[in-house]
Order: sequence, then C-alpha cells, then structure tokens
Amino acid sequence: MSLLALQRGLKQHILGAVPGEGGAYRGDAAAGLAVYHNAYRVQLVACLRDTYEKTWAWIGDEAFETAARDYIAEYPPSSWTLNVYGAEFPAYLLARFPEDAEIAELAWLDWALRRAFDGEDAPPLSPEVLGALDWEQTVLTFAPTLELASVTTNVAAIWSALAEETNPPPVEALPEPAAVRVWRAGLSPQYRTIGPAEFRAIDLLQRGESFGNTCAVVSEGLDEAAATQLIGEMLSTWIQDELIVGARAEP
Amino acid sequence: MSSEILPRFDGFGVGLRPQHYPAFLEQGALVDFVEVISENFMVRGGRPLYVLDAVRERYPVALHGVSMSIGSADGLKMDYLRRLKSLADRTRPLWVSDHLCWTGVEGFNSHDLLPLPYTEETLELVSANIRTAQDVLERPLVLENPSSYLTFADDEMTEWDFLGELTRRTGCFLLLDVNNIYVSGSNHGFDPSDYVDGVPFDRVRQIHLAGHSQGKGLLIDTHDQAVPDPVWDLYETVAARVGPVAAMIERDDDIPPLEELLAEVQIARARHQASHRAHAA
Repeated sequence: MSLLALQRGLKQHILGAVPGEGGAYRGDAAAGLAVYHNAYRVQLVACLRDTYEKTWAWIGDEAFETAARDYIAEYPPSSWTLNVYGAEFPAYLLARFPEDAEIAELAWLDWALRRAFDGEDAPPLSPEVLGALDWEQTVLTFAPTLELASVTTNVAAIWSALAEETNPPPVEALPEPAAVRVWRAGLSPQYRTIGPAEFRAIDLLQRGESFGNTCAVVSEGLDEAAATQLIGEMLSTWIQDELIVGARAEP
Repeated sequence: MSSEILPRFDGFGVGLRPQHYPAFLEQGALVDFVEVISENFMVRGGRPLYVLDAVRERYPVALHGVSMSIGSADGLKMDYLRRLKSLADRTRPLWVSDHLCWTGVEGFNSHDLLPLPYTEETLELVSANIRTAQDVLERPLVLENPSSYLTFADDEMTEWDFLGELTRRTGCFLLLDVNNIYVSGSNHGFDPSDYVDGVPFDRVRQIHLAGHSQGKGLLIDTHDQAVPDPVWDLYETVAARVGPVAAMIERDDDIPPLEELLAEVQIARARHQASHRAHAA
C-alpha cells in the first residue's frame, strides 16, 4: 500500500463516526485506532473550550460538549494552526440556538477577544501627532485588531460577569440597536459596548472616509451642541482606548 | 543545504508553559534553557511574542513544533515553513525541532502526531521533506521520535534504524524522547535497550523526559504527570552514552506549580551525574 493510500485510510478512520478496522496495520489495531480516533476529538473539544471559555460557562458542560462534537464532525480542521480552529462556531451556535441570541453573541465576543490577543501590533499615535492633525481632512487608521459586531442582548454584561466569576445577569434584549467593539490596547484585549452613531462612524472611517465627512454623516439631525458633544466624546474614547494608530491627509 | 554542524548545548531545562510565564519573566536563572512550542508564537503580535522576546533575553530557547508534518505524503506546507523561518530568525534558537510523524494530508489536519510506516518509500519521502525544510529554514532540523499506538503491516525496519538512516541521508539531528521510547516499546513489544543501542548518539542534541498513562491495553503519551521510575532508569542508560546534550522536563497537560518541574530538573541532573559515575566506574 502506498504511503498516500495509507494516510488516506487512517484519515478516514479518524474522521469516521466510530474507529474503524483495516488491513494496513500489524496485529490487532483496534485499540490503537481508538486512541487516535478519540485523541482527535478530545483535543479539538479542548481547543473550542479554551477559545470559547465564557460560552462554555454560559451554556454548561453538556450542551457545549454536544455542540462542539457536532461542530467538529462538520468542520474538520484544515489549517496548521489551532488558532484559527472554530472560526465558524458562533454562526454554528446561532443556527443551533436561534431563540437564544446571547449564545452566539457571547461566542463572537470570545472569538474576537482571542484573535485580538495575538493579533498584529500597532502602537497608537502619540498626543503630539494627534494634536497636530488637520482633523477635517484626515483619514484615520484604527488598530488592526479592531472588530465590530451588532448585538441584540446584554452580552457584554454577561461576559464580564462570567470573567469575574460572579453570577451573570439574566439575558435582556437591548432597548435600542448596539454593537460591541473589540481591540487590543498594549497587550490587553478589550471590549466596549457602543451605540449606533459610533458603529456608523467606525464603519465609514474603515472604508476610508475622512473624519470631517464622517462627522457630518453621524451628526445629521443633531443641533450643533449635540453634534460637538457626540464627536468629542467619541474621539476622546478612541484616543483613550489607543484605537487610532495611523492618520493621513485625504488625497 | 549541508547540515553537518549543530553545536551541542549542555544543560537542563523545561518546556515553557503560559502558567509559568510570570516566574520566567520576574525571577533569576531558573534553568539552563527553555523549550517553547513554535506554533504558540507563530502569531502576528501581542503578549506571546512579547513574552518570548523577554524570555529569550534571559535564556537560550529551543523551538519545538508540532505541525510541520514531515511525513505527509502530499508534501510540506510552504506557508508554515516560511512562518517558522521568520520565528526562528527572530528568536535565534538553539535549534528547530519537530516530530517524525504526519499530522494531516490533502487539506485535513488532525493536530495529532500520527504514525508512519517505516519503509523505503517513507524514508525517501521524509528525507526529501527534511531537505526542503532545512533549505527553507536555513538550519538543520532536529527530529523527535514519537509515541505510537499502531504499527504497519508494511514496516520494513525498526524506528531506530529509520531515524539513523534519516540522519545519514539528510544530515538532520535527533531529539530523543525517552518516555516515547518506553511507551512505544511497551505498546509494540520491543526492548527499549535495543532502541538505545540503535540510536546514532552523535546526532542527538536534545532529550525529553515526561510521564505517561495506562490506557486500554496501551500506554498513552499523555505528558500529564511526573516522570516515572522506569523512564528515569532508561534516561540513565541514555545519559551514559549520549554526551553533552540539552535535557528537559516536558509537561503538556495538568501543568503543576513550577517548583514541581524544577524539582524534576534536579532529579534529571542527579540521574545524569549518577549515570556518568556508573559509567566511569
């Protein structure tokens, strides 16, 4: 048997619903095949538990284990790094628990924070550089670890309570649309719940819109004082959060 | 590339695990060297690389990988090798090691160290893959003997003969995992002393010491407990013959307080000295 044929055979044994038998092995291979069959699943479940730790805590051992094993059967890993394994798990959980939106939202937050943990480094712009900008014409670059997602529940409060190992609050639907942004400041992954105006502003800026035009869009319908307050608070938070890592004049 | 020269490192260390990062960053010289899992640091930034750079300022570091899949019949992943090269250039390690195994094929990655049949076909393929890896990495490769739970009807040679032939054909070096010899010997019915007799010790640069568990009819290389006495005894036999190498305690699961691992490092030093006294006598 060629090496490739043998490796295809062992791959099928590992992926199979139950450990198989085969003629390629010496002696009684059942116990050995079972070791590889089992170790594959145990390691991937452990990987998902590690990445989705708060989701696991929220839905409990049994529900998580069942969902994880079903996911593993549907999504065998292909990358050399386990870092990217489980990318589809939030969407998978949404399909599995459509009435419990907080589960997939928690999973997204787990995933985004994990990715921010070892994402690309980018130091924030210094106060001197920020102070010298002609903001109206400036196009901003945010930290490369920045991720945004719309949320419908108090998922940030639940995640926070689980992280502090206190009793999480009951699930609540948010009274108005909101989003969570995730990024890394220094070496620490961070998250913050934001409103629709900031969500829209970040989206526009990430598409290359100038700061001036972005402010005009998100201030529509506001009087001057309210617009100034909105933009001032937003910008101040971004600077405090070390989100702004680049700036260039609009071409 | 020619891989004839890889300086020896004579010392004792541990596998660096996240639970022990603070101790390695804050305390003085705890060991002679550390080994890190390469893939944990093949990332774009953040705390892992910060920790690695800081540890590297204090300790010699060996890079130990689990994802090269040197035995995959459909070849090596070049993106993986380039990322590993980049990490190695940054880290300036003692050496870069991985396992004699395959982890996946045709787009599937099991993330497990799967066994190879020891045949001439495998020897040719693994030799070609090692040469490719050494060319990309611009370093000799150090290969570790795996634990295994299967052997193949097509096997034409022993694992130790296979490893010896690989070193001759490619100039690669060896990481001898004493626990893996013991586990595979128990699982496949060979005498570990035959393995030790067959290893080309002049190519060995590193030794792993670890524990294992009893499974259903098989020993399992769990790396989740202290080094047991039979593995220490086998280490003494190896230490008497191998010359100066880097020896370390490897724990991958149920990570204990660092003090427990450092106590095992002291046992390794004592066993090493005992083996040399016995050898001299």
